[in-house]
Amino acid sequence: MKTLILTTAALALTAGAALAESHSQTVRLGTEGAYPPYNFLNDAGEVDGFEREVGDELCKRAELTCEWVTNDWDSIIPNLVSGNYDTIIAGMSITDERDEVIDFTQNYFPPAASAYVAPSEDVDLMSGVVSAQATTIQAGHVADSGAALLEFATPDEAVAAVRNGEADAVFADKDFLAPIVDASGGELMFVGEDVALGDGIGVGLRESDGELRETLDAAIQSMKDDGSLNELLVKWFGEETQTFE
Amino acid sequence: MFASCADPETLSGLSWLICYLTTGKHIAFYWAFGTVLLLLAVTAPVALAFGFGGAMAARSRVAPLSWLGKGYIAIVRGVPDIAFFLFFVIALDQGIEWLRHKAKCPDWDQPIRQGNDFIVCAEAKMPLSSSAQWVHEVYGFWLAVFTFALVFGAFAANVLYGAMRAVPRAQTETAEAYGMSRAQVFRRVIVPQMWVYALPGLSNLWMVLIKASPLLFLLGVEDIVYWARELGSTKTPQFTAYPHGDWRMWYFLFLLVFYLGFTRISEIVLDRIMQRLTHGQATLGSHKRTGPIGMNKAGPP
Repeated sequence: MKTLILTTAALALTAGAALAESHSQTVRLGTEGAYPPYNFLNDAGEVDGFEREVGDELCKRAELTCEWVTNDWDSIIPNLVSGNYDTIIAGMSITDERDEVIDFTQNYFPPAASAYVAPSEDVDLMSGVVSAQATTIQAGHVADSGAALLEFATPDEAVAAVRNGEADAVFADKDFLAPIVDASGGELMFVGEDVALGDGIGVGLRESDGELRETLDAAIQSMKDDGSLNELLVKWFGEETQTFE
Repeated sequence: MFASCADPETLSGLSWLICYLTTGKHIAFYWAFGTVLLLLAVTAPVALAFGFGGAMAARSRVAPLSWLGKGYIAIVRGVPDIAFFLFFVIALDQGIEWLRHKAKCPDWDQPIRQGNDFIVCAEAKMPLSSSAQWVHEVYGFWLAVFTFALVFGAFAANVLYGAMRAVPRAQTETAEAYGMSRAQVFRRVIVPQMWVYALPGLSNLWMVLIKASPLLFLLGVEDIVYWARELGSTKTPQFTAYPHGDWRMWYFLFLLVFYLGFTRISEIVLDRIMQRLTHGQATLGSHKRTGPIGMNKAGPP
């Protein structure tokens, strides 16, 4: 076994050393890859979506070499703090609870609405069964609202639970639900009022990574200033989406 | 993949399906089967080696060595797999990085633990954060092999420990009467004969190992279950050229067939091995494999 570890170590070292010389700093961007249009895997199996374009542009402006990594939503924060990647760009809303564990840059997505989707209008959102993705702000909101919360590991499973009748409604980011409602051909619809949650979406970082945070903050600011961030927002979320002033 | 797949909206029926099943994502899914098979092929012998080492340590006459072997068997068998896979791998990874940090960055003056963060110098990262993604994946794969081998090695150690004691006393007694040393008896008599007693237990372990392979995803390796879930989930037309509903059932049905077929082939192969091992040996196994093993007495059948 020792030789196995040593060979792997040697392999990793040589490969790493060869690459380390060509790039000064490589930043590994962690994402979920299952939350369109924010981030998803395209048909070729690559990370795609709004956050892919934003992330690539941020890296270009900050002159960083970036590498995309996908990780399960459940363990996305533990793997960041133990150093498996350096940022979380996964539609993660800035909240006080998360801010205690990790740091956020300024938001690159304005505070957005979350919404309920159900098969019919007459669903009791306050006392029925509502599904949401586990450890999201939406799950927290459902738990506080008094409805029975049904948690799933992926957002897609939360929607599937409504389709097969396990839950009365699903609660998620409105921008994630909109394409699903459009494609369902009337089977699913928005019900109830939209709810504003969180302070927008920012890049998650380790608390000890102050330098990277400043670099990315400046890059996000420059994208806000020249309007390129708004262009991407409109491209991925449509004309009616909220943009930065 | 094919030139005719350039515009999937115009396709229908079989040609659509062929294009759909050869997207880059699906190719990654097929490769994942290779990853799982490779993991099993590598893990099984390594786990067996761990088991052999553990069993030998457990029956050692040197007390500390025996405690070590028995402790390994008892502790690893007692900890739930999932806790082991979540906790141990992160601890192992951080342990390796900590050792490299101590060796490579002696001048580092900041604490390694800062609140929740685990910080080592950039040169001590394992693999380096500048390494290509495949290096990270290879590293993750070997962490997985090591963890699987450690867990299944403990079970194998227990099986082999029992098998070594199941070799009839008359056999070892005869060897001793010929003047063989303890090591010689072990090498020449016990090891060649123990396999027949060990095989039913080991074949169970192999089956469990096959079915445990979805735990790979906990270790960050994108295995077949991850891809089945990803590919089967509902796809809306904006984000793919191949929109479809919730097809997870079909993908998981395919996995079911794969796992059933694989365990069935394993059974057939293990049966053959059993027949070969029991050739000429006075055990129930040599006559009828269905009988319980290890209840036989020494002597002619």
